[in-house]
Amino acid sequence: MSAQAISGQPLDRTDGPAKVTGKARYAGEYPAEGLLYGSVVSSAVAHGRIRHIDCQAALALPGVIEVLHHGNRPPMAADDEPYEDDDAADGHPFRPLFNDRVLYSGQPVALVIAENLELARYAGSLVRVEIDAGSHQTDLCAARDQGYDAPAELPKPRGDFAEAFNAAPLRIDAQYSTPNEHHNPMEPHASTVIVEADGSLLIHDKTQGTQNSQAYVQEVFKLPKEQVRVCAAFVGGAFGSGLRPQYQLALAVMGALKLKRSVRVTLTRQQMFTFGYRPRTLQRLQLGADADGRLLAIRHEATGQTSRFEDFSEHVVEWSGMLYRCDNVAMAYQLVPLDVYTPLDMRAPGAALGLIGLECAMDELAEQVGLDPVALRQVNFADSNGNEGKPYSSKALRECYEQGAERFGWERRNPVPRSQQEGDELIGWGMAGGVWEAMQMKASAKARLDADGHLWVSSATTDIGTGTYTVMTQIAADAAGMAVEDITFQLGDSSLPTAPLQGGSFTVSSVGSAVRQACQVLRSKLVTLAQARYPALAGEPADRFVVADGQLQVGERRFAFADLLQGAGDDALEVQITAEPGAKREGFACATHSAVFVEVRVDEALGTLRVSRVVSAVAAGRVINPKTARSQILGGVVWGVGMALHEQAEVDHNLGRTMNHNLAEYHIPVNADMGEVEVIFVDEPDDIVNELGSKGVGEIGVVGVAAAVANALYHATGRRVRDFPLTVDKILG
Amino acid sequence: MIPFAYSKPTDVAGALQLAGPDSHFIAGGTNLLDLMKENVAQPQRLIDITGLPLREVTATASGGLSIGALVGNAELARHPRIEADYPLLAQAILAGASPQLRNMASSGGNLLQRTRCAYFYDSAVPCNKRAPGTGCPARSGLNRNHAILGASQHCVAVHPSDMCVALAALEATVQVQGPAGSRQIAFADFHRLPGEQPERDNTLADNELITAIELPAPRFAEHVHYLKVRDRASYAFALISVAAALRLEGERIGELRLALGGVAHKPWRDPALEARFQGQPATSATYTQIAQAMLSGAQPLAHNAFKVTLAHNAIIRALGQAQRRQGATA
Repeated sequence: MSAQAISGQPLDRTDGPAKVTGKARYAGEYPAEGLLYGSVVSSAVAHGRIRHIDCQAALALPGVIEVLHHGNRPPMAADDEPYEDDDAADGHPFRPLFNDRVLYSGQPVALVIAENLELARYAGSLVRVEIDAGSHQTDLCAARDQGYDAPAELPKPRGDFAEAFNAAPLRIDAQYSTPNEHHNPMEPHASTVIVEADGSLLIHDKTQGTQNSQAYVQEVFKLPKEQVRVCAAFVGGAFGSGLRPQYQLALAVMGALKLKRSVRVTLTRQQMFTFGYRPRTLQRLQLGADADGRLLAIRHEATGQTSRFEDFSEHVVEWSGMLYRCDNVAMAYQLVPLDVYTPLDMRAPGAALGLIGLECAMDELAEQVGLDPVALRQVNFADSNGNEGKPYSSKALRECYEQGAERFGWERRNPVPRSQQEGDELIGWGMAGGVWEAMQMKASAKARLDADGHLWVSSATTDIGTGTYTVMTQIAADAAGMAVEDITFQLGDSSLPTAPLQGGSFTVSSVGSAVRQACQVLRSKLVTLAQARYPALAGEPADRFVVADGQLQVGERRFAFADLLQGAGDDALEVQITAEPGAKREGFACATHSAVFVEVRVDEALGTLRVSRVVSAVAAGRVINPKTARSQILGGVVWGVGMALHEQAEVDHNLGRTMNHNLAEYHIPVNADMGEVEVIFVDEPDDIVNELGSKGVGEIGVVGVAAAVANALYHATGRRVRDFPLTVDKILG
Repeated sequence: MIPFAYSKPTDVAGALQLAGPDSHFIAGGTNLLDLMKENVAQPQRLIDITGLPLREVTATASGGLSIGALVGNAELARHPRIEADYPLLAQAILAGASPQLRNMASSGGNLLQRTRCAYFYDSAVPCNKRAPGTGCPARSGLNRNHAILGASQHCVAVHPSDMCVALAALEATVQVQGPAGSRQIAFADFHRLPGEQPERDNTLADNELITAIELPAPRFAEHVHYLKVRDRASYAFALISVAAALRLEGERIGELRLALGGVAHKPWRDPALEARFQGQPATSATYTQIAQAMLSGAQPLAHNAFKVTLAHNAIIRALGQAQRRQGATA
């Protein structure tokens, strides 16, 4: 076994060379013989019934093969259950091209299939869809009176919020709002459905769960399980947009089934705005505190939009019951149904929203108490999760506050707003805390040692750009006691051992635990096998056995695997195991935490705000790969700056339609928007959360950033802007 | 995108000969290709003019510069004569788009950019500019980015170019060649207000080709400033932009040029106003009066009243910066 653990090293991505040389293929890039191309025709109205679809002009073009719509599609399941995927919301799932109902603007209503993409798109423009439009409502604020309690189980209220709040010497009661935001991974959603010679379907899909897509296709189209295999070897970003099978998958499968030919459907950038998104949300935060800043009462209320067919709920308000110590807590969460598509989990779903309200309100409270914002949070530090009444398995949030503040130079902060100015710019410093759950799901992995000494480790998980290929290789290397070069990790294939959806920052925890166990068991089997075959090895301790250079090495002795395995009656040694959340976790709450410090420069006369500096200090347990983990946090911080300043879907409620549906007008930060970003991982030993001691870093980087920016804006200008994003018109002095 | 024919002539006469009712000249294609993908532009024939000999920047007899229509935006912004004598133009070009787009975009094409109004870009919704007579949803819809000056009942879109705002301030002329021969169009007359015909962005006749942009002899090489305010630091169209140029006589304004972007269907300039402030003290009090006068006719829509305040502040800031600026390079 190598003396130094591979885990914890900043290993370069194992898939990096394939990605930068173009060898890595994405879902919409696989070739297939006789491949046809589908182009989606979308509804321009938000609510109505399709009266007629005129395909004549499209079908008259040579090379146009078919126009699929609800009237001629292949059979598909009618009831809800087959459509209910692993990330389904409560209600009736959307069924693409199912019937004549139009439920939202941008809904797919037809698929033109042609011999090439250009022709398919042109033909799509000739399809005339006549819709009897009904009245629609897409404005959350206008329909707020139709809200109802979300079907989410909120933590039980504790204490008596109303009494404690009314009696509190200091009170904050503030409302915040956030807009619809769309994931927009660089790679658009695409599915290539290849019809194999035996009629089975090999599908390359953009997804965060190959088995989720596989089960969906199989059940919706009533196909035998072995007839559908879904692969996703590389995913060009997803951020939650691939957690549910998206409509291009169903449409491509319909085309393949109907025509018995391979079909590809790739969504346009405009169509990337026509499915799940982070929902517009209104929040109200009420905080009561004593003169020393100790929280006496917290109430967090959120209202989010959802579709008329599903109730999308996420954890928006729960965080207010767990981040700080408080005895009187109440939460409320309502949904308002609109003529829109169902929202969808998006990077740190719920937390990225809820922490805006909570952490902005805490900043407002700090000022009222006359306490430094960091000090206020330290006063209210919680050792246990109040929602569950359980102590945290670890919580190095104090270290985040301290190390983040030190790196940032927070102690030099003058608390008075408008106290720092350079030329036309007011300078403000703000901070916020962040929290995300450290979950673990059941997951399986297989480890297989070939006769040539190469270790193949596999699981059906995906790598959405987070570094899964790389960190799993590192975990396997340590567990098997082998070099990284001798290991290949395989993923993104529904035929591999079962893995949960890749999301929620639980892939390292779940799949990593399975990988570790499989490799450990494999190693001990190897030792047992060797000792049985070569009695001279009987007394050797297990850690003397090394697999390297295609041989088993024990001290100075070398054994060929081929010989070793021959006796075992197989050409390889193979282990498959399923890892479940450890029993140790019971009785504990597990979460990642962060503290984010932001400097902004505000030109009030012009309404511009520039984020010049960010320090993000993160407590996420043991970091498997500091390089890929840092990239996750950097990406999260940039995303958070976008939430603060740029991102918003602009919906014309008269038309019921998102209008800025392209990346020129739907703004995210560009390089010029980002100042210096520093990431700190604080030391946080945790042998409870899982056997790796690692909590995952996919979400935590974004949480709290938008609040920190807004708090910095206040410090710079003395004005609270509570309606996100903080655009020029709102900042203008 | 619709099927189209494609030709690549090698001289202007050849290009003009190919031009017809449904043809479109294409150079960098940075705007036209997007519009074609969205079915907003549907040319039957693309005439690729990148093979035409229109790539020179040459001195004119009157001491100015003639910029060939195919000179790239990036190249033009870094041209030594532009940097030295027309720094306002260099600043404006560099404030636009992204480096990649500026590498592709041509000088002539920059003048022909179409509005970024979201309704214009979405062929599934009404728009008088794209489909005359269908209506203007922006008037009662999303109009935060729209016009505060010179709009009509039919259209509230704004012109998106930065370069054109500087060209308006510098009183460039546009050289065009068409079936009826060559002519010059003063920059102020090139773009038009929407009026009854919002589908017409400019005064080019059918099948006329821009061959060059001519700058008069330099008069504003020192006290200039191009200020652009946008929703992010780069790769975003102007909410408001100001091209400010001053010739100072001691502590007074000897000559003033001022053009605004992001406020109207064309770069907005008021020569009479400029003349009125000649001889006034070069102070922020004067600049405030200029800003007020410039915006006195502003008619904001439901969501863009902030633009009046922003334009006001931006004018004062830009004039102040122009006054303080010494030397030619940014």
